[in-house]
Amino acid sequence: MPSVTDDEIAVDPADYARAEINASLKPKQKIGFFREMIRIRRFEQTSLKYYNQGMMGGFLHLYIGQEAVAVGTVSLLGKNDHVITAYRDHGHALAVGMGMNECMAELFGKATGCSRGKGGSMHFFAPDKNYWGGHGIVGGQTPLGLGLAYGLKYKGLKGCALCFMGDGAVNQGAYHESLNLAALWKLPVVYIIENNKYSMGTTLERSSAMRNCLAERADGYGIVWDIANGEDLYEVRAKTASAMRRAHDQSLPTVLEVDTYRYYGHSVADANTKKYRSPEEIERHKNHHDPIRLWKKRLIDECVFTEAEADAIDEAAKEEADTAAQFAIDSDTPAPETIFEDVYWEVDNKTDAGSTGKHFFGD
Amino acid sequence: MPLITYRKALNDALAEEISRDENVVIIGEEVAQYNGAYKVTEGLWQRFGDKRVVDAPISEAGFIGMGIGASMLGIRPVMELMFWSFAYVAWDQIIDNAGQVRYMSGGLINCPIVIRGPANGGTSVGATHSHTPENFIANTPGLKVVCPATAYDAKGLMKSAIRDNDPVCVMENTLLYGESWEVPEEEYLIPLGVADIKRKGTDVSLIAHGRAVITALKAAEILAAEHDIHAEVLDLRSIRPLDEEAILNSVRKTHRAVLVDENKPFCGVSAQIAATIQEKAFDDLDAPVQRVCALDAPAIYSPALENLQLPTVSRIIEKVLQIR
Repeated sequence: MPSVTDDEIAVDPADYARAEINASLKPKQKIGFFREMIRIRRFEQTSLKYYNQGMMGGFLHLYIGQEAVAVGTVSLLGKNDHVITAYRDHGHALAVGMGMNECMAELFGKATGCSRGKGGSMHFFAPDKNYWGGHGIVGGQTPLGLGLAYGLKYKGLKGCALCFMGDGAVNQGAYHESLNLAALWKLPVVYIIENNKYSMGTTLERSSAMRNCLAERADGYGIVWDIANGEDLYEVRAKTASAMRRAHDQSLPTVLEVDTYRYYGHSVADANTKKYRSPEEIERHKNHHDPIRLWKKRLIDECVFTEAEADAIDEAAKEEADTAAQFAIDSDTPAPETIFEDVYWEVDNKTDAGSTGKHFFGD
Repeated sequence: MPLITYRKALNDALAEEISRDENVVIIGEEVAQYNGAYKVTEGLWQRFGDKRVVDAPISEAGFIGMGIGASMLGIRPVMELMFWSFAYVAWDQIIDNAGQVRYMSGGLINCPIVIRGPANGGTSVGATHSHTPENFIANTPGLKVVCPATAYDAKGLMKSAIRDNDPVCVMENTLLYGESWEVPEEEYLIPLGVADIKRKGTDVSLIAHGRAVITALKAAEILAAEHDIHAEVLDLRSIRPLDEEAILNSVRKTHRAVLVDENKPFCGVSAQIAATIQEKAFDDLDAPVQRVCALDAPAIYSPALENLQLPTVSRIIEKVLQIR
């Protein structure tokens, strides 16, 4: 059974590399995964620097430590596969192909941001890339992910919705309602629980009743579930691919719990990040379980690239993040009149419906 | 014109829109095989089948949220809440997801969803089943809300709501479902944001929405017959968007306004209307704006008292006489 201890998450790494979905990977693709992961990390480290300088508002929920989950899962998406996640959304956004510039500018609250400065860190969207956010209320996105799956099935499309959530979301009613509906109506949704062990400052043990693991609760709904080691990109891909096949071929849901870890606090504003867990625990993960370091070592061992080539990719990612920060700094703040844009589709599109009656009140 | 019930008018609107657009799907508790808890969807499942009319389990947050997610992909779900009172267990989905996702995505997403069902007191079902949340919805930019008072309006507004590309909440009334009005056989739409003068008058404006319009009309009848006061009854029909011009035009004509509202008074719809009138038609007023709202306590069960808690004809008349 799965466990959160270090020893037990150590799997023979060769196993999942041999999985069909991974055995066919070209070196270029493997390097691409490294690039995507390091881009996410450098983007976030750069954003943290400016956040700490007071150049951003609100919260900044960093994904650092969890990169293999977003990159591994998103690497499998086809034309009719969709993604939706919670507020720790930078990794998924970059993984689906959103640009660093628009994402960074959103953090800075600029007009050039992906949501024109209206969403912020927790609310990145790119429907053109089948990416539906970026949702701030814990568990609130779980029925929406179900709806994406419902829409696909309704339209007769062979696709699925990957609906990401944290371990803190599994106790929300909306999630359980979604599981019931997913099983009842055989909807092609994959709920991916990114279990980073802490819902804000509360440990898994103090927040969730379970027999062996969170995903196992799916048994109660007759839903197939699985667990994956989130530090191993091969395993993430293998397990996700299997869940996606179930969705595509049988129109059935899956719950996949991915063991992972975040190095930073719940958000950067989480003042107790080193109080509810030991610094040693964080260091142990950084040193022995970092998904990027492990992937880099794997690729060097496989002679896919050299240390120097990896470093060059890393440097490029740092430069890209710095450029994005400069782009964000140089961008204009949104014009005051845009406050009333993007509220109603009918108003934005100047339709008869949008120009009939008063839509906005006050001065 | 044939006389048909408010219920049948809604049923016709749903049937016509299901036939018109393959993306329209009805989802809700008991809407299909049971024929609707209040029979609004009667016969639709038999006629259109499992794909278009779907029974949901009692799981409002789940299925309303699911409908919102599906609407982001271009499906046009018409979600039935057996009572709007049950919306509160789906509140996060309605307010945060349907209401805010367009804004937070900088206009990249829209949710063409309708959430409909009865929202009224007056049926002795106690406070949990008697909520009128149109003011809460109207307080949420991104959402729209309409409250039809007649069969004619119910049909025309429902069809417009389904074709609208923003989330629209349609608040019906169980006490009106069985009442009949003239409804044309040919197709028509009523745009959102257009009020309707249900009775012309010169002396005072009775401004109302939903079933309060019917109460106001009864009061106007008595005011004319017994007091020689000719009240104009303005039916807002749509709360957001709001036909502010119609409100101001009526007040400029009559110089007096009594607002009739089944909402509770604090931040109820009529509070917004009163603020609008004093801001924009202050000089036209010959008397303070008056309000007749639900009495400000949770909806009481006792049938005898509940009828007094909602706006009554006599309370409306009393207010009008105070400012004559």
